Amino acid sequence: MTEKREAIWIARDLSRCSGCRKCEIACSLFHEGRIWPEASRIRVFMLVPGVEFPHFCAQCEDYPCVEVCPTKALSVSKETGAVLVDTNTCIGCGNCIEACPGKVPHMHPRENRVLICDLCGGDPQCVKVCQEGLWNVLRIVPRGTHSYRLYARRPEEIARDLAVKIYGEEGKRLL
Amino acid sequence: MIRGYAGKLLEVDLSAASFREVKFSDEILKDYVGGRGLAAKILWDRLGSRWETVDPLGPENLLLLLTGPLTGFFPGGRVCVSGKSPQSNGVIGSTVAGEFGVELKCAGYDGIIVAGEAEKPVYLFIKDGDVEVRNASHIWGMDAKKTVAALTKECRGLLKTRYPQKGEWKEPAILYIGPAGENKVRTAVVAAKWTHAAGYGGYGAVMGAKKLKAIAVKGTGPLPEVADMESVKRLMQEVCNNAYESELWRRWGTGAGGYDVGAKTSSEPVRNWQEEWHDEKSFGVDQFENRVWVKQYWGDFGCPTTCLKLAVVKSGKFKGAITDNPDYELQAYVGTNLGIFTPEGNVYMASVIDDLGLCGIQTGNVLGFAAELFQRGILTKKDLDGVELRWGDAEAFATLARKIAYREGIGNILAEGTCRAALKIGELKGVDVMPYAVQVKGVGVGAHGIRSEKDYPEIYSYACSVQCGDHTSVACMPLDDFRSELMMAFHDSGVYCYFNVFGLPRTLVFDFYKAVTGIELTKEEWVNTKAMKIIQLQRAMLLLGGPDLKWNPEIHDDNPPRFYEPLPSGPYKDKTVEKARVEEEKRRYYELMGWDERGVPKPEILKKLGLDDVDKVLERLR
Repeated sequence: MTEKREAIWIARDLSRCSGCRKCEIACSLFHEGRIWPEASRIRVFMLVPGVEFPHFCAQCEDYPCVEVCPTKALSVSKETGAVLVDTNTCIGCGNCIEACPGKVPHMHPRENRVLICDLCGGDPQCVKVCQEGLWNVLRIVPRGTHSYRLYARRPEEIARDLAVKIYGEEGKRLL
Repeated sequence: MIRGYAGKLLEVDLSAASFREVKFSDEILKDYVGGRGLAAKILWDRLGSRWETVDPLGPENLLLLLTGPLTGFFPGGRVCVSGKSPQSNGVIGSTVAGEFGVELKCAGYDGIIVAGEAEKPVYLFIKDGDVEVRNASHIWGMDAKKTVAALTKECRGLLKTRYPQKGEWKEPAILYIGPAGENKVRTAVVAAKWTHAAGYGGYGAVMGAKKLKAIAVKGTGPLPEVADMESVKRLMQEVCNNAYESELWRRWGTGAGGYDVGAKTSSEPVRNWQEEWHDEKSFGVDQFENRVWVKQYWGDFGCPTTCLKLAVVKSGKFKGAITDNPDYELQAYVGTNLGIFTPEGNVYMASVIDDLGLCGIQTGNVLGFAAELFQRGILTKKDLDGVELRWGDAEAFATLARKIAYREGIGNILAEGTCRAALKIGELKGVDVMPYAVQVKGVGVGAHGIRSEKDYPEIYSYACSVQCGDHTSVACMPLDDFRSELMMAFHDSGVYCYFNVFGLPRTLVFDFYKAVTGIELTKEEWVNTKAMKIIQLQRAMLLLGGPDLKWNPEIHDDNPPRFYEPLPSGPYKDKTVEKARVEEEKRRYYELMGWDERGVPKPEILKKLGLDDVDKVLERLR
């Protein structure tokens, strides 16, 4: 009998992000076997210095990216709730990027396929390193019925909010 | 090919607006590694024979931005900035944290050599193999925050238009100068993000002289292949685990020093080093933590320590000021050294310095020098263009910092740095003001005094260092001491943050080097042959000097006069450094380094190291 995995979600406390980018290192080492920030499925944006934050899949409850995939390369993992990309059928059309409210997916820098967080099959490496370093930006929680789609936002939108949270009024001027 | 390298450098000639790729043999890479070591080699090979005539602020000088094999792998990424220094007229390897080195390697380059000078302000835009010199007239004159905002937006726009399939583009990494660099101020930095600076050396002025406002780079490839990835991963984890253990270091960074170094070791500059002790509890790290730090852990690529903090003044007359901790050096140099003892005043000063693209250490040094001259009545309010430069008056110091960055009035003299300003003011006033200049061979001394002998530098450390007043590269015996500049040269050549080495076995960095490059290297081999070669090259170019100032080691291998005055206060009151002891230690150091009694490298050591060409040129000094 195989143990059934509980669907998870990565809760995120973005304003605590130190900008250390260990999540990018861990993700690319796990998936690509190399340190490769641009091929990481979680990417730390720094549109304003001091306002670094990880940008990665929020697993929207309605999965708009999966809906629009013309080759059915994208599917939802029954075990984890993650979006899975079948690299053989993905044609790199970019429809999923357009459909994502946060423009989270991005193309692999060397191959014609899209990169989306797969939750590492239920044991996300980014969360491990973030917890290990006590930054606690990322934390695993059981997936419930919240509006996860709210978290799929564009980098500019997140940066604007965080800049004001951290720097006050001055934050608006810094973008 | 040796692992860990991208395999080529990018050379840009701004006069001709042309590019080429430069490769180095395995032998050169094995000997000089990268960063500081490779910088010394490149500068010697290209400019060594006519070193004295090369103007650091002329088109002949080279601006070097070099990574090392460990950049991106060893936790805490940096990039090394070098060239002929407009401060020392020698070579300084000045490293700055951030993602620039990682982006550069991911773009396929181990470094950039910038030659010539542009006619109009430009910036370099690099996306993998696509390199472009772009007009920078619209950002020329902008302060740090505006420059970063404008370039981030512009470059992301370029990426989006040119490579549309990608989805959202992450920002490129940017190195840039502020107004001070543009105006060739010798205390100007090459900056990254905000508050991140390659300060020592004054390379912001070199970049400004080349009319190069910034370099933006986006690399989409992986970091280069390593020799043994499993070992690299294991060592990365070991470095991180060690750093995670050090909670106070992570929590406070060097920011606990502003109080501690004054109150405990009594080695902090206070009012231009007239004292090195204070017990100002208003300057305690708890005050910074509780009043101004809005982010407690702020770091750069791969760093487990994240020792930077974000500080924002939220109320009072300095409301809106933004900077990092400030770290210890800036707490000292634009805090206690100017008689400023509040976190808010200190954060404000640091933010002004950052925005102008000035070096906090070198500018704090020259501001303190000017304030002491005002205190002594040598410089008057009239001389200072109406500024009453009283200790503790942050607004007055900020006004003067702006004059320095824009070279206005007295600022034009102080923009030359403490040493050159002292010579000029002495000439104008007919008074010897060198006793108040706390610098060594053109470089203001870092904020760690030697008089109490309770801090880490030795009494001969600054006098004998090839990077002069640089507190991150001090001369120490034995030569393989962890503080020694021969060991520091490894961190600066591998190009990573040596703060993440604290508490680890000192040989770990060589294990790391082997895991990345595949090359076996022992500490002994590094110190006795490779570092020895790098330091001899740096020493040779420092002694050749010129064109404006030349150093005579018999006179200039010495401490600032102030360090021979007794400490006037604190637990080590009356303690001073005896000149005779310094001379004795210096002689021992010269001997270990293979230098003659005048401090010039001897033919024997140079020939032994295979530096026959250096020996030939140094004949001129013997």
